Amino acid sequence: MKPPPFTYHRPHTVEEAVQILAGLGEDGKVLAGGQSLVPLMSMRLSAPANLVDVNHLPDLDTVEVTSTQVRVGALARHSRVEKDAAAYAAIPLLRQGLSNVAHPTIRNRGTTVGSIVHADPAAEMPAVLVLLDGAVELRSVEGTREVPAGEFFVGAMESAVRPGELAVAATFRRPPDGSGSAFVELARRRGDYAMCGVGAVVTTEVGGALTSARVALIGVGDQPVLVDVTEALTGSGGGFQRDGLRELVDERIDPEGDIHATAEYRRHLAHVLTARALDEAHGRAVRGRREGRVA
Amino acid sequence: MTTEPGTTSTDTPVHVGFTVNGVPYELEVPARRLLSDALRHDLRLTGTHVGCEHGVCGACTVLVDGDPVRSCLVFAVSLEGAEITTVEGCQNAEGGMGPVQQAFQDCHALQCGFCTPGFITTITAYLEENPDPTAEEAREAISGNLCRCTGYQNIVAAVQRAAEIRSGLLAPTGSTSSTGSTSEGETP
Repeated sequence: MKPPPFTYHRPHTVEEAVQILAGLGEDGKVLAGGQSLVPLMSMRLSAPANLVDVNHLPDLDTVEVTSTQVRVGALARHSRVEKDAAAYAAIPLLRQGLSNVAHPTIRNRGTTVGSIVHADPAAEMPAVLVLLDGAVELRSVEGTREVPAGEFFVGAMESAVRPGELAVAATFRRPPDGSGSAFVELARRRGDYAMCGVGAVVTTEVGGALTSARVALIGVGDQPVLVDVTEALTGSGGGFQRDGLRELVDERIDPEGDIHATAEYRRHLAHVLTARALDEAHGRAVRGRREGRVA
Repeated sequence: MTTEPGTTSTDTPVHVGFTVNGVPYELEVPARRLLSDALRHDLRLTGTHVGCEHGVCGACTVLVDGDPVRSCLVFAVSLEGAEITTVEGCQNAEGGMGPVQQAFQDCHALQCGFCTPGFITTITAYLEENPDPTAEEAREAISGNLCRCTGYQNIVAAVQRAAEIRSGLLAPTGSTSSTGSTSEGETP
């Protein structure tokens, strides 16, 4: 259970980091919080030849809230983002998702951007990014490019990050007024990766009737699965047609069975948790409208 | 092992400096040295226990700049400039048991003791944030630490007992959050 040897790089500026990454190409791997990478290395499932430690880069431990988005820097630990009051007021789904990420102790070290780049199909924050039409900022010696969430996840543990690139931030778009959100999941043990999880964002009109709804599911595909479930709204906007919801979800998910849950059980969870997340999000939207805030 | 021909000396020592329980250390360790191993093997601070070595059991939890972190999931070389607190640093100012340690004794919250250092550090930091937790909150606070002996009931009770002890200590004097001298008398 000891990690294999590697060559260690400790840059002190982003420019220096991308220079090193450019030189290393395919052989370079970024180390941020390391809460996924280090255990993978200890179990010898990963053996990068070079680690570029970004923990000493300045100006990346940031959470910035603007009128349109929340921008999370690459060194903002999960716990920092989770506790940030302004980020919570702007996008409650950030905290709702983050409180499900492993244990508080892991969240103290793990970074939100790192979790997104790691692209585990059972991880919460990739789903939150997709659900909020977010994007990831990638820096290299050639400059900065921004990849929208819809194009960022390309497969299980595979993202659009190219060799030589450093993810410097993730941006999450603020949902419109009258929105509500929720994140629910079921895991075998507290803090484990979920067998299935669902994030939901709904919008309501004055009076509280639903006008649109989307969910992102984890653990039931090789990447977060975004489903627009607006079609399954009942005529009055007071809720959802359960059969309609089930069909929309079934069309998109492709769960696999493993030691923790059969494919059938994951499908069942997807149905139940989708309904639960949407109800919770709707309830919050209605309360939020009353109190004049996004919930 | 994956040493390829042509790769040279990837275990070359790397310099790192940090403090542990207030004592500054300068180390030269291979980059792959986990913090848990650096503490135990290089600094001989064997209070930190290593259980699963992949971040599940919580026995190796230490505080990095005040926050609980799994020492088996961090490379020592990543912690340049950090202030680390281990279970040895959770004692009281006089070198006796700190409030959480005292509470564990009072409540019989340990049996074999292997997991205990991780609980002590986790709970010490948690009570800074939430000085008066309910039983429910106490349970949540320790959800990332595994204990195979106790069945957790007494540990939950100890979290609340530690809160009582702390509040008694804090009320008259103002502060007990001292780090500083280590019982081991180890110096770098």
